[in-house]
Amino acid sequence: MGRKLDPTRKEKRGPGRKARKQRGAEVELARFLPPGKAGPVPPRGARCRRCGLPDGRQVPLHKEKRAVRAAGQIPRGQSGFSDGNSKWLTPAKAKKIQSKGNNVELSSDGEVEEGSWEMEEEEDGSSEEMVDDYGASSSEEEELLPIEKVALKQKPDRGDLSEDDSEEEEEDSNRQNMGQKEKESTDLQLNLDIDEEFKLPTNEQIEREDILFYLLCAGFLAVYDSLMVFLPAEPPDLHVIHQRIKGNMEVLQDFVVKREEGRTRQEYLALLRRDMAAYYSYSDFLLMKLMDIFPLPELINFLEANEVPRPVTVRTNTLKTRRRDLAQALINRGVNLDPLGKWSKTGLVIYDSSVPIGATPEYLAGHYMLQGASSLLPVMALAPQENERILDMCCAPGGKTSYIAQLMKNTGMILANDSNAERLHSVVGNLHRLGVTNAVVSNCDGRQFPKVLGGFDRVLLDAPCSGTGVISKDPAVKTNKDEKDILRCAHLQKELILSAIDSVNAASETGGYIVYCTCSIMVEENEWVVDYALKKRNVRLVATGLDFGKEGFTRFKDRRFHPSLKSTRRFYPHTHNMDGFFVAKFKKFSNAIPQAQKEPAVEAASLSTVPNTVMEPQLKKKKLEGSKADREQKQPQPALKKRHSLQVQRRPLKA
Amino acid sequence: SEKLLKVAASIPRDSLVSLGTCFGKFTKTQKFRLSVTALDFLAPYAKYKVWVKPGSEQSFLYGNHVLKSGLGRITENTAQYQGVVVYSMADVPLGFGVAAKSTQECRKVDPMAIVVFHQADVGEYVRNEDTLT
Repeated sequence: MGRKLDPTRKEKRGPGRKARKQRGAEVELARFLPPGKAGPVPPRGARCRRCGLPDGRQVPLHKEKRAVRAAGQIPRGQSGFSDGNSKWLTPAKAKKIQSKGNNVELSSDGEVEEGSWEMEEEEDGSSEEMVDDYGASSSEEEELLPIEKVALKQKPDRGDLSEDDSEEEEEDSNRQNMGQKEKESTDLQLNLDIDEEFKLPTNEQIEREDILFYLLCAGFLAVYDSLMVFLPAEPPDLHVIHQRIKGNMEVLQDFVVKREEGRTRQEYLALLRRDMAAYYSYSDFLLMKLMDIFPLPELINFLEANEVPRPVTVRTNTLKTRRRDLAQALINRGVNLDPLGKWSKTGLVIYDSSVPIGATPEYLAGHYMLQGASSLLPVMALAPQENERILDMCCAPGGKTSYIAQLMKNTGMILANDSNAERLHSVVGNLHRLGVTNAVVSNCDGRQFPKVLGGFDRVLLDAPCSGTGVISKDPAVKTNKDEKDILRCAHLQKELILSAIDSVNAASETGGYIVYCTCSIMVEENEWVVDYALKKRNVRLVATGLDFGKEGFTRFKDRRFHPSLKSTRRFYPHTHNMDGFFVAKFKKFSNAIPQAQKEPAVEAASLSTVPNTVMEPQLKKKKLEGSKADREQKQPQPALKKRHSLQVQRRPLKA
Repeated sequence: SEKLLKVAASIPRDSLVSLGTCFGKFTKTQKFRLSVTALDFLAPYAKYKVWVKPGSEQSFLYGNHVLKSGLGRITENTAQYQGVVVYSMADVPLGFGVAAKSTQECRKVDPMAIVVFHQADVGEYVRNEDTLT
């Protein structure tokens, strides 16, 4: 750009940035144009094709020169070359070019070599001083930048390096096993070989890598030195562990072939678990659970996905604005965003932003809500209609509640409940900000529900869970959850789901649905709870309406769940790029509560029930429109208890 | 609405947190203090509006008064100490205020003078989340 053009002064040109670019353009052009045809003259300062050569000849394009060299003949329509040049044209270069197949193909990625710049220009002789070859040289080796040469050199080096690492381990492990050193020496060639030869380190090696042990035997360093070849009692080297994990996985994938004699699959698995726990910082318990849920390659993807946060997503508040307008307004503020996907009409995903997303005037005016993509799913499954009565049992911080409200267009009534009073402040704030007018916020324990108020058309239960699906948001979950926590969560969830089911009026005309969702991937909290509900109440699972997502398990380890669990949906961070989630949708078909039965029939038929607790269904007999009128009817209903009990025995309660 | 009221009646008093939209609160001396949550309902009815330039939007949202330099537009015949609704240039309501100067005076006054006293703004949703309602 700033170069002074001095045609008389031949500058030794190195491979400048622009030069390389230009060269690439030349190459591209050369591919399309037949050799010998003069292409458009690129305006390049020092090249001076306009001036031409002193003896009146045209300056040939270097691709034409290429052609000459390769073909070893005079280019057609080109007066530049003559056979006299063949003396200094080296056959070796021509061969090189020919070997590339096409005479216009230089180093196809337009590489520029360094030393050839000068060579070229000197070779061309004085008659072609003006020529700028861009360092276009025939030889492929010369065209490489020095850094590329180094890179090439490094490739075998790197291979050797990694092999050295795993080599070391294998050596260690083999010490005690067998003298298989000779086998190792042949493994240096390929990484593949290394993996095939993956050896389990012995217990001693494992011990040595244990970080506690490391601290313990820091004092014995000298002693170990004399015994072992490699560094003794080193802190767990993450790279080494990672390689070992990969190697272990390879073996386990193809166990019969790749296994080491005398080692059981359990040992491999145990080592893998230890390594993954060390590498990803999980507790052993959690890792065991995860290994039960995921097959091994997926497990790695899951663990990796948990290290990375999910993208920020927002939901447009359709009560106040449209997604298009909001997107426009945010783009004007300097936010980089995209619609969330085909499945959502209100979601936007934010890639990056120059302003804090949670503080823009649009946010404060309530035009959108910061929400995880997975939180949109249960509300979409719930599909609230206008003028319904909806209960949101665990609503904080209010994202799902407000979404329900916007789908209902502020009609009907939502009861937003949460047992945690501090978090309710955010619920209230959010609801006001987003302009939700049909919500009542309450602070009851969810389990009190049908007693406090029942007869809802739909209930959303986003149950408190262990949070194993949102590890990327809260890494503490990796270590602080254990068996007791999961079981405690599951117990609470079971109680809540029963209350939720009891709060719904099965006789509602447009409703009678319960959506149960958690942000966890544990089977104990998801399928187990759903199965429990199916057994205990007159509900059945229906399709969630979400067409993507993995189906829930119908069997897991030694448990067998109802086949309708296929209609539940699981979402994972590594497959859907949203938080781990589970959604199940129930339809209540009878208000009666079956007595505790020992039968395995999951769709507990109301036929077999003895309705001792028929009181509650009475309270729920509310029609949609005349809710107030029905309340008055509540009084005479207990009198009908007797009659109802007989009815229930025979068939499901009719509305 | 009334239906909401009836439903909320069945929730134990200690457990009821909020119902519908809160417009404001009554003080001990029986005055009614309007809060920002009423903005959506009042904004369409506002007779006197003030538009704020993009640069001082943020400043208003932080709770500062509006200076002459930040003033974009103002409806004609705004009297002094008149209650106004503050908008951004994109017609997004930002909050409530009181006109410190009448429209005529606004023209004459220097750029650093306050033209609108801040009373309530939507930034409070984030600042005073806990004490909002």
